[in-house]
Amino acid sequence: MTQGGKFVTLASATVKSGTHGPPGSPHDRQHRPVNRSAGSWFLVLPALIPILILSVGPLLYGVALAFTDAQSGRTRSTQWVGGLNFQDLLHDTLFWESFRIGLLWAVGVTVPQFVLALGLALLLNQNLRMRWLARALAIIPWAMPEVVVGIMWRLVYNPDAGVLNETIRDLGLGDGRAWLTGLATALPAVIVVGVWAGMPQTTVALLAGLQNTPHELHEAAALDGAGAWRRFRTVTWPALRPVALSITALNFIWNFNSFALVYVLTSGGPGGRTRLPMLFAYEEAFRYGQFGYAAAMGCVMVAVISVILAGYLVGRLRGGEDR
Amino acid sequence: MSARTSRSARAGQYVALLGYLVFLVFPFLWLISTAFKPARELGSLHPTWIPEHPTLDNFRAAFDEQPLLQAAINSLIVALCAAVVAVLVATPMAYVTARHRSRLSTATTGWVVVSQAFPFVLLIIPLFLVLKNLHLINTLWGLAMVYVVWALPFALWMLTGYVRAVPAELEEAAAVDGAGRLRTLVSVTAPLLAPGIVATALFAFITAWNEFFFALVLLKTPEKQTLPVVLTHFLGAEGAADLGPLAAAAFLVTLPSLVVFALIQRRITGSMLAGAVKS
Repeated sequence: MTQGGKFVTLASATVKSGTHGPPGSPHDRQHRPVNRSAGSWFLVLPALIPILILSVGPLLYGVALAFTDAQSGRTRSTQWVGGLNFQDLLHDTLFWESFRIGLLWAVGVTVPQFVLALGLALLLNQNLRMRWLARALAIIPWAMPEVVVGIMWRLVYNPDAGVLNETIRDLGLGDGRAWLTGLATALPAVIVVGVWAGMPQTTVALLAGLQNTPHELHEAAALDGAGAWRRFRTVTWPALRPVALSITALNFIWNFNSFALVYVLTSGGPGGRTRLPMLFAYEEAFRYGQFGYAAAMGCVMVAVISVILAGYLVGRLRGGEDR
Repeated sequence: MSARTSRSARAGQYVALLGYLVFLVFPFLWLISTAFKPARELGSLHPTWIPEHPTLDNFRAAFDEQPLLQAAINSLIVALCAAVVAVLVATPMAYVTARHRSRLSTATTGWVVVSQAFPFVLLIIPLFLVLKNLHLINTLWGLAMVYVVWALPFALWMLTGYVRAVPAELEEAAAVDGAGRLRTLVSVTAPLLAPGIVATALFAFITAWNEFFFALVLLKTPEKQTLPVVLTHFLGAEGAADLGPLAAAAFLVTLPSLVVFALIQRRITGSMLAGAVKS
């Protein structure tokens, strides 16, 4: 959801793909100069304590809240209500509608983002003259605060003073439209922004994967007369697959959980057409004060996403073994 | 591969690259253009790319309309706290994680990954309640605390990578020469680690500088809010907005981010590439 967060898992995405460095090897362990004494605990505690108190603790507390009727204002008389919130959620058509929109958005952003980023990564991996410039400029979306990205695209999409409609008018394609407030165009319009905003991270991860593929294989394949597409399929893609798999799965989660971009672009409108689950839960919690109910939404989001992802990962990994 | 690429294929690659650049850069150029346009040009039926009479009026108006300066100070305080504290507590832990493979380091790595997957509502509601009980709602300290913890996963991640990059043999050599453990850390490891620590701190700073969701929930009054939250006030009620000042303010908020990213971009991508390429 946020850039800092994105970076981490991105890094782990690349590392998870089978690259634990020499420091972990047994050889290294024998020669390690620092002994594992009680001193290590002392070094770990400063980070561990805040993590436990402000991260792990609240998460567990959050899950517990989902089984209560906690509301803002009367948190002291909070009662345990068991699965009542979940029963209510089951019948909450608005929530499931927002869930459906969340999935549409997550798929709609993740898939084109991957395809476009792969193309860009392949280009940046070539020996092109503008490469350094492209690499530098491609970082812009990454460096921008999500709120600014939202504001910027509102300026682009602005029906009167925006560059998009002006371009459409210049090309003689009509008068343009009110993209973000049109019932049919709102979701596609925010999806384009989502794709734009997440491209750099995906590109960098894929580029890292590409630079990991052995050059000799490419040359050998080229000598054997393999065309570009064939070389991609037989050499590049197999090496890239683990990175591609992790980054796609993670992008999907981040996108499903995203908030700031769409909050700024449409606030969930028009008529709830872009109301992602996070926006719905945020309103439920901090506009209507239904903490317990909103926490239950969070739990459902985690549960469904975990199931989808587990299925996806298992499926893809199996597919890999068959080859 | 490159030696065998034909000339037409190469031309195609440049065209594609240009297409990407246009897509990635044009919204930003439009933001800049809007920020420098006088009101008359903004209201014109045929907006132009380059302002005919560029002006700084929008920047002045932006500061008049919203407490941008106060918001910048708030953002600076929160982001500095987050960066400094996160790096201070993460560095020792990263050192241990990198040098000992233990259950703890495995758990940390697991937590780093899992912590990214949770929808933040599940975290923010309890944090809101806890901070409320501590009377830390609507305070910069409350938000800074949240940011520290939120910056920790990637700080740990980056720093662990940097520690791994320092060859253990150097520490061994120092130990053989009779240096104690602390001395080894301070005189051998720390200097080599310094650039990585700076990069991590800058990254933590920018992440906090850009953050919106926690700030939106935890900060109530305008004089306490950070830049991203104050920016949304420019959007007004029904989404109506004064485009010029809005663009000017948005542009200003982005500048520090862009500068820092330009400084550390190589290190970020570099450390990621290292993570992928090594061994």
